[in-house]
Amino acid sequence: MAILIDANTRVMTQGITGKTGQFHTSACVDYANGKSCYVAGVNPKKAGQDFQGIPIYGSVEDAKNQTGASVSVIYVPPAGAAAAIIEAVEAELDLVICITEGIPVLDMVHVRHMMRKTGSKTKLLGPNCPGVITPEELKIGIMPGHIHKKGRIGVVSRSGTLTYEAVAQLTEIGLGQSTAVGIGGDPVNGLKHIDVMKLFNDDPETDAVIMIGEIGGSDEETAAEWVKENMTKPVVGFIAGVTAPEGKRMGHAGAIISGGKGTAEEKLSVMDGCGIAVTRDPSKMGSLLQSVL
Amino acid sequence: MKIHEYQAKEILKKFNVTIPIGIPCFSVDEAVEAADKIGGDVWVVKAQIHAGGRGKGGGVKVVRSKAELEQEAARILGMQLKTHQTGADGQKVRRLLIEQGADIAQELYVGLVIDRVTQQVCLMASSEGGMDIEEVAASSPEKIHKLFVNPDVGLDRDDARILASKIGIPEKSLEEASDTLIGLYQAFVETDASLAEINPLIVTANGAVWALDAKMNFDSNALFRQEEVIGYRDLDEEDPNEIEASKYDLSYISLDGNIGCLVNGAGLAMATMDTIKLFGGEPANFLDVGGGATTEKVTEAFKIMLRNPNVQAILVNIFGGIMRCDVIAAGVVEAAKQVKLGVPLVVRMKGTNEEQGRQILKDSGLPIISAETMADAAKSVVESVKG
Repeated sequence: MAILIDANTRVMTQGITGKTGQFHTSACVDYANGKSCYVAGVNPKKAGQDFQGIPIYGSVEDAKNQTGASVSVIYVPPAGAAAAIIEAVEAELDLVICITEGIPVLDMVHVRHMMRKTGSKTKLLGPNCPGVITPEELKIGIMPGHIHKKGRIGVVSRSGTLTYEAVAQLTEIGLGQSTAVGIGGDPVNGLKHIDVMKLFNDDPETDAVIMIGEIGGSDEETAAEWVKENMTKPVVGFIAGVTAPEGKRMGHAGAIISGGKGTAEEKLSVMDGCGIAVTRDPSKMGSLLQSVL
Repeated sequence: MKIHEYQAKEILKKFNVTIPIGIPCFSVDEAVEAADKIGGDVWVVKAQIHAGGRGKGGGVKVVRSKAELEQEAARILGMQLKTHQTGADGQKVRRLLIEQGADIAQELYVGLVIDRVTQQVCLMASSEGGMDIEEVAASSPEKIHKLFVNPDVGLDRDDARILASKIGIPEKSLEEASDTLIGLYQAFVETDASLAEINPLIVTANGAVWALDAKMNFDSNALFRQEEVIGYRDLDEEDPNEIEASKYDLSYISLDGNIGCLVNGAGLAMATMDTIKLFGGEPANFLDVGGGATTEKVTEAFKIMLRNPNVQAILVNIFGGIMRCDVIAAGVVEAAKQVKLGVPLVVRMKGTNEEQGRQILKDSGLPIISAETMADAAKSVVESVKG
């Protein structure tokens, strides 16, 4: 089924009545099987109404019980987004995708603590991420659907437009994607490179993976070490931020080099040492992948 | 967001952390007056800038007479203080902190950060106070003790006491040290800090525990609920271009090179800078116009980039997803006309409506160089500055 989502997934939108939620829900409904996949919206004040024919429920629990939706996408503004994630986790959804950018980091510390404490099985993607797409089946998030093409290459990245860049390069040389996953640019988040890599490794519909990282933290290194020991499929990579100075936040809250840690050079060298083919030219992500098939 | 040492101390004081008696000053006269108010016969004159390493750079002096205090205050105030964190030009000192002298028996380190791996607040403590903690971490990591805090219950008093004991705080001062650690943690979570550091934390000759220096940084995502923290913002300490950019919701950072770049998305912006460097050029800035760039935003972005006198060429790299390339192209043309662009401009657009976008650039009659890939764009722009 590719990974995380496919044409059989049933999705609810939290924050469906806001401007962003409306715009993107609409675009997602129009993509491939969106019309049958998007089955519910959530807004406690607008239960009983609908958005373009999608019924709105007062709570995630209600939406789940009434429609069978097991996945949620969140466009709720930053101040209320952590509470929205917690509501979805408490309703025991399979997957929660939080697009919202700008959630206070300490709110995410509480969310992740709550998920660990309760032994939650819910997978969280994001926050501050573009979402996930299984081409020609289902798109959940803000990525441009038309650049994607169904196929057998997995893509995982912390950045939005850089993911689109990789996808477009693949599509251009005729390589479709099984699933493209944006894990987001925040320091405290849900699924990491390693988690997505495990899913791709187990997915019979994925042949190879492009892993895109950026400066800050050590998630790429951790994933690379795992790849070295466990991955049965070729992986290629790119790390953004070779030129980024120390101590400056490069847009994303998580993209910062501090104490000499989290540099692009360090990440590239670890990935290379773990058997991941890396390129320093982001124009060559697609062709590099093609070369390892 | 960063604040000054004296402001961090004001915050910590509210959370029962003991700090030396001190007064922030903006002039030499105020400094002398402050010393009178504080009393005693030893004071410390401390430059207040948003950068560490002030002591090494000559921005912190212990003085033992009013005359010496006046002399040092006059020297430090207005100086371009250079530290490893300021860059080569240094930072102009506009504020001083005059503090009472301290009788130091022990210097220690305590700090709080959010640990990305455990996704918890991490309290770090070390017997090696006063030092750069990153150096300690590199040279003798065993001297740094870490404690991860359960966000439901906060910092436990017994845990705080054990940690204080581990870094060598004497028995009779452990209670006060625990109060300090708990206060530091509470200050961290209640102000949405991203870093809170006391370095050094001292034990005085008579066993009191003081925060001799303090540093706090804040999560910019949380400023919407931290009115008091916003009040501490000192615009003199920030890059005027970055301030201007933030007004238009642009994420801009000045760099040392001569090629301006305008990109949508943080990851792609970094990748574009990297590509410029890969082909032998140097980026003049990081600039992410975000997902919803309008003509107005693009125009402002051009203005901000061009304020930098080093910029000799501009590279625009846009991946049009939700944002259409034709809209961006119109914005670029409009901006180039408005700012009467006098440097070479290379544009690479990809994605939705890229053909229409390219046509708009072509029809504009402006000398815009169109590029197919990021690499082509970088090569063209690097070539254009080499002349």
